Amino acid sequence: MMLRADNLGKSFGGTRVLDDVSFDLGDGETLAVVGPSGCGKTSLLYMLSGLSRPDSGAVFLDGAPVTGPTPDISIILQDYGLLPWRTVVDNVALGLKVQGVPRAKRLELARAQLAELGMAGHGQEYPATLSGGEQQRVAIARAFVSRPRLMLLDEPFSSLDALTRERLQRTLLDVWTRRKVPYVLVTHSLEEAVVLGRRIMVMSSRPARPVAVFDNPGFGDASIRDTEACFRLLRELRHTVEALW
Amino acid sequence: MVSLESPLLRYGLVMLVLGLLWKLAAMALGGVILPHPEDALAAFATALTTRIFWEHFGVSAYRAVTAMALAWGIAFPLGLFMGSVRRADALLAPFIFLTYPVPKIVLLPVFLLLLGLGDASKIAMITLILAYQILVTTRDGVRSIHPKYFDSVRSLGGSRWNVLREVLIPAALPHGFTALRLGTGVSVAVLFFVESFATTRGLGYMIMDAWGAMDYLGMFTGILGMSMMGAALYEVANLLERRACRWMFLRRKT
Repeated sequence: MMLRADNLGKSFGGTRVLDDVSFDLGDGETLAVVGPSGCGKTSLLYMLSGLSRPDSGAVFLDGAPVTGPTPDISIILQDYGLLPWRTVVDNVALGLKVQGVPRAKRLELARAQLAELGMAGHGQEYPATLSGGEQQRVAIARAFVSRPRLMLLDEPFSSLDALTRERLQRTLLDVWTRRKVPYVLVTHSLEEAVVLGRRIMVMSSRPARPVAVFDNPGFGDASIRDTEACFRLLRELRHTVEALW
Repeated sequence: MVSLESPLLRYGLVMLVLGLLWKLAAMALGGVILPHPEDALAAFATALTTRIFWEHFGVSAYRAVTAMALAWGIAFPLGLFMGSVRRADALLAPFIFLTYPVPKIVLLPVFLLLLGLGDASKIAMITLILAYQILVTTRDGVRSIHPKYFDSVRSLGGSRWNVLREVLIPAALPHGFTALRLGTGVSVAVLFFVESFATTRGLGYMIMDAWGAMDYLGMFTGILGMSMMGAALYEVANLLERRACRWMFLRRKT
């Protein structure tokens, strides 16, 4: 077991947003967290990443408490979080830069990571000149380049068109297959959860707490969308969330 | 097709239209108080070959550029500081916003008494007026930076220094440069005012001296010189902004 969320709770301005969230994530595992918009999924990821502190409970990575951001955990923020004033390659290399990796080395690693995601040749461009799908590839490259031990993804593909979304889901799975970096992905799309989550945790609306966890043995199959198991799981998920959201 | 994006063409067109309006006004007024544009331009072209014009121009340019550099050097870091450190802002903002509406130009006699009749009082006056604009614009710009950029750097393990270098400064630069660019007009206006008395050097002095002697062609030479300087300062500020904030002037792929 590597990631443990233990009884996490968070309030904003007296409103309880998250309550009693506990789960484990093992090496090479993936977890999709689905919940209605505004239920506190982003707050959960922020706590897991160390960007914010829970009001109650704690996060542990390999038994050590997560008390702040660490290079071991990469998060892909909603809207990608790319810095518009930095070139693509500098954005990808940013994590390495703050870790003190020398410029030549970090640019070499960043270029290699961009190439792995099909973005070779875009290094000197600025994020604003890229399409949404390309920006997301850059964000994924930035998250993977520092070789994190855990990835957190906050609705990573929600603002993309359907075809680009499917392509990028496949890209993410390809990288995951090669690296086996465990990730927690939050989404409000049930289909995305089935494609990208080995386990799927359903959250209630506010205060959000886990109400059901589904196993997804078909995870990793490139054609999972066309399988009977996928339809069945989607139907089950839909019945569960219809009663909750 | 000729593009209107060329600054030379833009300036050329504006000068042509203004020249035509000027010509009409000069014809209506008889050409004495308001000389004909071709006469004024001929006098200006002659002045450009004289040493005395360039001395006045040089003194004015020195005062304006020094004041702009000082204003930016003081106000931009202070704006960054106030915009990003809540406690500092709570302490300093009341001073800034209570004194902001006071027309700083009325302090010129005080500056002359404190700093003398030389360049220092004039530069200080322009610096003060311009610094307010740069400070307020930069501070507001920093406060409007989207939190996701801070989260982005912090999530990668970035320190406060990384946040300053990777987010605060680059995100605030366009605001600081916009204030500087817009401030060129104000700088030249204040420059004219501070040079119109207690000095015998500068384009402002040249204009007022010629006006007093009813040398209207000389007066317009000074006015055209100041306009040329204002346009040059604006373009320099514009160029600096385009160089430092290249990302602001890009077009998204379709």
